[in-house]
Amino acid sequence: MADVNRGNRPLSPHLQIYRKQLNSVTSIINRLTGISLLGGALLVVWWLMAAASSAEYFAFVDGLMTSVLGDIVMTLSLLALWYHALAGVRHLVWDMGFGLDPEASDKMGWGIIIGTVAFTFLTIIAI
Amino acid sequence: MVQFTLPRNSKIITGKTWPKPDGATNVRKFQIYRWNPDDGKNPQVDTYFVDMDACGPMVLDALIKIKNEIDPTLTFRRSCREGICGSCAMNIDGINTLACIYGMDEIKGDVKIYPLPHMPVVKDLIPDLTHFYAQHESIMPWLETKTSAPEHEWRQSIEDRKKLDGLYECVMCACCSTSCPSYWWNGDRYLGPAALLHAYRWIIDSRDEATGERLDDLEDPFKLYRCHTIMNCAKTCPKGLNPAKAIASIKKMMVERQL
Repeated sequence: MADVNRGNRPLSPHLQIYRKQLNSVTSIINRLTGISLLGGALLVVWWLMAAASSAEYFAFVDGLMTSVLGDIVMTLSLLALWYHALAGVRHLVWDMGFGLDPEASDKMGWGIIIGTVAFTFLTIIAI
Repeated sequence: MVQFTLPRNSKIITGKTWPKPDGATNVRKFQIYRWNPDDGKNPQVDTYFVDMDACGPMVLDALIKIKNEIDPTLTFRRSCREGICGSCAMNIDGINTLACIYGMDEIKGDVKIYPLPHMPVVKDLIPDLTHFYAQHESIMPWLETKTSAPEHEWRQSIEDRKKLDGLYECVMCACCSTSCPSYWWNGDRYLGPAALLHAYRWIIDSRDEATGERLDDLEDPFKLYRCHTIMNCAKTCPKGLNPAKAIASIKKMMVERQL
């Protein structure tokens, strides 16, 4: 690769000025939900390990998990889980070579958003 | 690596507001990125007012009018004024496009113009494309053959020729690569949508005999696989091409040849 002497050349603005679009926003949310689900998974593991240790400790952790704050965190995790799963399906569709034009991928993007809300709602009703 | 903010020498400061044209009734406000390598100052955004009743319909018409009538120091590349040379690629109204074929009627409110994103700036709206061109060169953008040359031309069936449609039209304006967040963060090693579209253009050319070598070269965690199908490239291409699809096709060929 060419080694360019850039001197004191400024870097042109990027994130600051580029228009937010459905395709880029759904992409970054997929990454953010993936990272935050790691935290959610650790909480569930903590809860299961508490159940395997002692009744008192489980009561403590279970109390945290079912508190208002715990409910909020778990509902957000559920949203993130559905989002990440559906966005993952979109990636599978893309990797098979389908839906790669901007219109189709935007349609799937709306599908992910609507599906996430709908499936989260159904999951909460079901449990 | 990801950088959410601009380096200290790249932070934008308030620029000059140029006077409004006399007697104009249909005036439009332009906010344009300026950087002069000779004055030692940070980049700034200048404000210009253009009489739209005496201006052509495209963004490039307004830029040329500003340069001719208001501020001759405004610097930008342009040549063909009909979307075939790719020189006037810049960020207009938040997306990368060619100033010569982007109509001002497509823009709501003030017209904001910046150079192509996340590139070293040479002056005003001119980015340094050296690395971008070097990446293009690295994918061997020419016909590679091993068999001896035929007496006449290398023949190609109509069906095989059709596979190049949507690829050969690329004018290397760099709109797609500089719209790609992956290219912003890893442009030193990720080839970017434009170079990869060109790579695919030669990979599927029925006359080319270096398909294996071309795929070998791209089998790399950064060169190809930094594409996360964000699709900014396909959205922004001023020629209506789809680099994301070309990249996905290369990824598919990578898998298929291992089966």
